[in-house]
Amino acid sequence: MTAQPTEIATYNFAYLDEQTKRMIRRAILKGIAIPGYQVPFASREMPMPYGWGTGGVQVTASIIGPDDVLKVIDQGADDTTNAVSIRAFFKKVAKVVVTTDTATATIIQTRHRIPEHPLTAGQVLVFQVPIPEPLRFLEPRETETRKMHALEEYGLMHVKLYEDIARHGRIATTYAYPVKVEGRYVMDPSPTPKFDNPKMHRSPALQLFGAGREKRIYAVPPFTDVVSLDFEDHPFEVQTFDQPCALCGAENVYLDEVILDDHGGHMFVCSDTDHCEKRRADGHHGHLAPETHLASEKTEPAE
Amino acid sequence: MTDEPLLRVSALSKFYGSRVGCENVTFDLWPGEVLAVVGESGSGKTTLLNCLSTRLLPSSGTASYRMRDGQWRELYRMSEAERRFLMRTDWGFVHQNPADGLRMTVSAGANVGERLMAVGDRHYGKIRATAVDWLSRVEIDEDRIDDEPRAFSGGMRQRLQIARNLVTGPRLVFMDEPTGGLDVSVQARLLDLLRGLVTDLGLAAIVVTHDLAVARLLSQRMMVMKDGRVVESGLTDRVLDDPRAPYTQLLVSSILQV
Repeated sequence: MTAQPTEIATYNFAYLDEQTKRMIRRAILKGIAIPGYQVPFASREMPMPYGWGTGGVQVTASIIGPDDVLKVIDQGADDTTNAVSIRAFFKKVAKVVVTTDTATATIIQTRHRIPEHPLTAGQVLVFQVPIPEPLRFLEPRETETRKMHALEEYGLMHVKLYEDIARHGRIATTYAYPVKVEGRYVMDPSPTPKFDNPKMHRSPALQLFGAGREKRIYAVPPFTDVVSLDFEDHPFEVQTFDQPCALCGAENVYLDEVILDDHGGHMFVCSDTDHCEKRRADGHHGHLAPETHLASEKTEPAE
Repeated sequence: MTDEPLLRVSALSKFYGSRVGCENVTFDLWPGEVLAVVGESGSGKTTLLNCLSTRLLPSSGTASYRMRDGQWRELYRMSEAERRFLMRTDWGFVHQNPADGLRMTVSAGANVGERLMAVGDRHYGKIRATAVDWLSRVEIDEDRIDDEPRAFSGGMRQRLQIARNLVTGPRLVFMDEPTGGLDVSVQARLLDLLRGLVTDLGLAAIVVTHDLAVARLLSQRMMVMKDGRVVESGLTDRVLDDPRAPYTQLLVSSILQV
């Protein structure tokens, strides 16, 4: 009895109406012109709750075109609920080709990771940002934080790092690690692990940040300096892991701990699932890799 | 003392609508001099202090400050960035309630170090050493350096606030009832400490207080305010021992004798 609708005619291309996209593109352009500056924008209600990536989705919807290839990751994985549903959303409303392959994607929307595979010029990385203001937990007043950005008063940011060292003997901030962009604005790189901070520095890809609930957009243009804050005697360091990925044997990548059973069994595996699968397809394997071969690249045509 | 003042205030007035905050206040402040502003509550002391420290803009009048390079700058014509920079380097502001002047959720060490980091200090070891030094100067044990001010007593908080303000070696400190709300023995020690620091560092200070004993101990010169106007000013000892204005006479005779 079901009559399949041929298309969802009531929605504009990429869900948002053209006026909204225009407004968001203006905010993006301003963000690119002033790297690291948080541009206010009129964030729209999206068909998903705040905190699920409404900012990132709006940015993606505003820049995506019919020829784009979209990849969506959530904590590095292509197969989690958030990533799958956002990918399905754009497949439906923009009819774009979606992929899990980092290298062939033109737009990568991400929650909390930067892919291990180096990004190239022409690619756009769209971050979902929960709290764009790096000074927020130090100074609750928005009027004051905006003034501090305007006057470049960033001593307070180091107070937080000082507190870390005083309490833990080292800078214990591991994610949302504050950075200074092009020597001017201090920026929250969204809750990516600080492991990914060096990847932002002079990246050939354009990096856009969207915070839907907080109604802010900011950007790091390609080949822009992104320097993690630190002390002279406590320099910035990324996390290191004392074992390789249990599935693909990769080293110098960001690993997730996965609990295997109720008896304390666990393993460390690549957080970037695409990277891990590619390596296994290439014949690398770690000490816990199953014998069966996984299908690697999954590129699905538009609906 | 040099032959040039540090701060020149001329005909400063602040009105809240038709009400007078302070009116036509004129004085000079020399380097290393402590000026007390006394008067009953509502007499305009705090309004005057807030205007001088540029936390409030006056309705009329001028105030000029001699910068470290010897240049005279008019305070109310400076940009906000310059004023805020002055505020955290060359000036200090000690609030009556330490919670207003401290960051209550970060450690004592970070509270002292914040100004250093704000002016570009990026060496943890040096910042911490300076913080330890300043805590000992205000008689706070070194092992309290990583405690939050929330865990401190009122007197300790006030001493911490003083350390936080003095760490950048300011030349002018504003104090709003620095001993208000403290019991007398703690007050006495704090005053002793302040007097020592002011003398050692050659600080100029403007102290607002309603406590004539505090004014007597700390200041060389005082101004008595009533209804927003200065009714009498002069050397502290002279004003307190030989008050001329009727209001000052009333004020001096109102001190409770124990």
